[in-house]
Amino acid sequence: MHPNLASIVVAAPELVLTVGSLLLLMLGTFGGGAKDFGDRLTARGVTFAAVVIMGIAGWAVIDAPVGRAVAFNGLYVADGFSAFLKVLILGAAAASMVLALPWLEGAKTLRFEYPVLLTMAALGMCMMVSADDMLSLYIGLELQSLAAYVLAAFHRGEGRSAEAGLKYFVLGALASGILLYGVTLVYGFAGTTNFGGIALALSDGSKSLGLVFGLVFIVAGLAFKISAVPFHMWTPDVYEGAPTPVAAFFSAAPKAAALGLMVRVLVTAFAPAVFDWQQIVAFLSVASMILGAVAAIAQSNLKRLLAYSSIANIGFALVGLTAATPVGIEALLFYLAVYLAMTLGTFMVVMQLRTPDGRPVEAMADLAGLSRSQPRLALAMAIFMFSLAGIPPLLGFWPKLAVFQAVIAAGMVPLALIGFVTSVVAAYYYLRLVKIMYFDEDKVGLVSEGSRANGAMILGAALFCSPVGMLAMGPIAAATAAAAGALFGLG
Amino acid sequence: MTDMPILSLMIVLPLLAAMLVLVLPGDEAGKARASRWTALATTLVLLGLGLTLWQGYVNDAPGFQFVERAALFGPWLEWHLGIDGIALMLILLSAFLMPLCVLAGWESVTRRVPEYLAAFLVMESLMIGTFAARDMLLFYLFFEAGLIPMFLIIGIWGGARRIYASYKFFLYTLLGSVLMLVGMLWMVNEVGSTDIGVLTAYDFDPRAQFWLFLAFFASFAVKMPMWPVHTWLPDAHVEAPTAGSVILAGVLLKLGGYGFVRFSLPMFPDASAQLIWLVFGLSMVAVVYASLVALVQADMKKLIAYSSVAHMAFVTAGLFALNEQGIEGSLVMMLSHGLVSGALFLCVGVIYDRLHTREIARYGGLADTMPRYALLLLFFTMASVGLPATSGFVAEFLVLIGLYQTSTWATFVMTTGIILGAAYMLWLYRRVAFGAAAGDDTRAMPDLSLRETVILLPVVAAVLWMGIYPASFQEPMKPAVAAIVERLDGVALATVPTDMTILQAAAPQTVPAGQAARHLVNIEAAH
Repeated sequence: MHPNLASIVVAAPELVLTVGSLLLLMLGTFGGGAKDFGDRLTARGVTFAAVVIMGIAGWAVIDAPVGRAVAFNGLYVADGFSAFLKVLILGAAAASMVLALPWLEGAKTLRFEYPVLLTMAALGMCMMVSADDMLSLYIGLELQSLAAYVLAAFHRGEGRSAEAGLKYFVLGALASGILLYGVTLVYGFAGTTNFGGIALALSDGSKSLGLVFGLVFIVAGLAFKISAVPFHMWTPDVYEGAPTPVAAFFSAAPKAAALGLMVRVLVTAFAPAVFDWQQIVAFLSVASMILGAVAAIAQSNLKRLLAYSSIANIGFALVGLTAATPVGIEALLFYLAVYLAMTLGTFMVVMQLRTPDGRPVEAMADLAGLSRSQPRLALAMAIFMFSLAGIPPLLGFWPKLAVFQAVIAAGMVPLALIGFVTSVVAAYYYLRLVKIMYFDEDKVGLVSEGSRANGAMILGAALFCSPVGMLAMGPIAAATAAAAGALFGLG
Repeated sequence: MTDMPILSLMIVLPLLAAMLVLVLPGDEAGKARASRWTALATTLVLLGLGLTLWQGYVNDAPGFQFVERAALFGPWLEWHLGIDGIALMLILLSAFLMPLCVLAGWESVTRRVPEYLAAFLVMESLMIGTFAARDMLLFYLFFEAGLIPMFLIIGIWGGARRIYASYKFFLYTLLGSVLMLVGMLWMVNEVGSTDIGVLTAYDFDPRAQFWLFLAFFASFAVKMPMWPVHTWLPDAHVEAPTAGSVILAGVLLKLGGYGFVRFSLPMFPDASAQLIWLVFGLSMVAVVYASLVALVQADMKKLIAYSSVAHMAFVTAGLFALNEQGIEGSLVMMLSHGLVSGALFLCVGVIYDRLHTREIARYGGLADTMPRYALLLLFFTMASVGLPATSGFVAEFLVLIGLYQTSTWATFVMTTGIILGAAYMLWLYRRVAFGAAAGDDTRAMPDLSLRETVILLPVVAAVLWMGIYPASFQEPMKPAVAAIVERLDGVALATVPTDMTILQAAAPQTVPAGQAARHLVNIEAAH
């Protein structure tokens, strides 16, 4: 077989997404019917088709032969690590599409561009986690980011949303610039952009200052994408301004992709410089945990609160990376899997709720007395909150345990101590939501409005995060072990 | 012994009942009635199962019985249950108090009844799970999970400052527990097992023991609660509904003592022996300070809450006497306090339901207007003071015997706690039961109803039984206590003032060998 053809087979999921997203674009553009109604019909059709395409791509990921396969002259790699993350990314992206339908319809902005952009973002994210070279890394990252900038400004008629899009774009472009600068430094000093090549250049012990600078710049650029402190400033504003389903999407799939990318870059390309980046990551992790926990206390807007919560959660996930051991990476992947379910579930509950006059819920105080007006949604929300707070026996406790177990095994007990203490601080604001829902009197009388698919997704996520989900820990642990093993060349 | 997995059943059954209660059909009143009966039936079945456990338990066999293992829940923990005598007794205590709690809120709780009872059922499951867990992380899971239903019970059905109290309760205990979790993870890492049995047998480096001890101490001391981290308890007690207070005082406080017995003493014997000065110091302060604070309380529940702090100080002092009498006395104290303070909270609940105030000054003369109530209150007051023939006496006596061998000075200070305890309890009784009624509404209060009598009488019986023939409760615990003392045999004890003569510099001594002092227990058993 011609090498390019063989490469295409290896990159089958991306191929499906590329062709699929272009087809969806055609379908949306030329399939429109009469005005408003036709638009919505097309958007529904395109969403459905997009979910199917995600399904096919996911099947292509799972069906791929086990083991490491390199394509496009080392630009692209498909291994257990990328497969695990791709399943998460595609699942989260598909969920983000489905959950948005009733909300966008309510806001009268249900347009076919939404699923198309999401599919393109998914393509970018899959590229990111499969990148084995600085160049493909950058291409994947930018493809995802560009789609995300547009998505943030999806409510183009609304000043808030446009502002969020612009803010995200300007800061994102800056971060990309920093990243790119780091890449050029690394290329200049290592003579290659390939991850394996960089590791080889570093391994002879001649670690030059330029390479370290490159490493710092690259980490800074990536930290922006995962919104780790001190590169988090955009997060609360963008979450607040962007339409809620878009904020839900931002908090889930891109985080998994960028974190996966960061793990791969640091663990493979910069493996010999582990003691250099370990300190940086430890700082990012501690700062994110502390700021995410403390700054969220004063929030009264749900989306801002969830933004800070996602910052704190990224901090916890980074703890696993700080350990820089296979066990740590396993824990990180486990954390990501559970985090996606928790955050998407929380957003879904928030989106499901409407005030009696049809306004979507954004202020925390709006949830007062939810346990009386919507007991089932309140229960689901309480499960997500206790799970995010990391209280056993809810599933959210176990990934925290896993990451801290990993750093303790790596001999970093103080980090675990700081992490657990910040998790107590964070518990305060998660409890505040429970308090508002269960202890406060009902003033608003919220109504639940949403599709049956959303109800089912909330139920699924709540069950997963409840103690029942502990039964799934065994299979997840096996999958993460395989993924981390692939990264460290153990598999 | 049977093949039936009784322990799993006792954990799963209340959970199922809680779910059932939540989905019962019908209107508000019908749901409330049906859920009350469901909850009562479930708790009674559990009490029955608990008694089956007791009956099937082989008293003089060492080690753990009714062991169940199943490799559930992936790589981190295992479903591993089993009980020794200590766990058995505490499980019995939980199962015994639970039907009383359900009955206590039978009429007074009218808001969100199904949710209320579901929270209690979940609570029962978690408490039993905590005592039965043989896997350290499984223990932690149950231990921590108990915070959630208690948080809701205080926050939803509590009094005026319920929100503050619920937060304080939750965050205080959570902070203590996460420190313990760090210690647990370190141990798991070191030993490579989460099995409590394996961990108990492992000899940790004494320097590591020191830090581990402090990590666990942070959690158990808050839970206990020991001075100065006791401040969540009065708030939580005052704001919690009656049944919530009963569970809090009756069982949840025992988790701290249970933790010391199960983890701190046998796993970190060197650190325990080296840090007795810390525990004794805090206990001595607690017993005097809490008693004095109790004296000036105007709120009945707060007074009893502070008396709990004082009694718990006896438990910690007794445990860290590090000999059989002390540990056994502490365990009896935990059981006795569970019954007596639970009953006292029930008594407060009885008059609170009538007058809706806990202020002592609003009562008075109940001996005239509510004679049956006054009699029962007197009984429990005496039991709390430690009158011979009640369970409190056995407990205090044993603790002091044990403590005397380790530190005479500590014993001296702790004994003043008994005197102060008598002072505040009797004064409380005098103000509530004697004198003139504070108002016409006080005078018009009806005496105990049949339901209330039915709640209190079993506790009277249990307190008398434990006071007159404590052997039935001590016998099952003896092998477990002996196993702990064996771990402590011969470890170097911290230098504490042991003699009343201060001049002589006390030489390092060792824990008295278990065998040597064992006869004293028999003297006591004959009491």
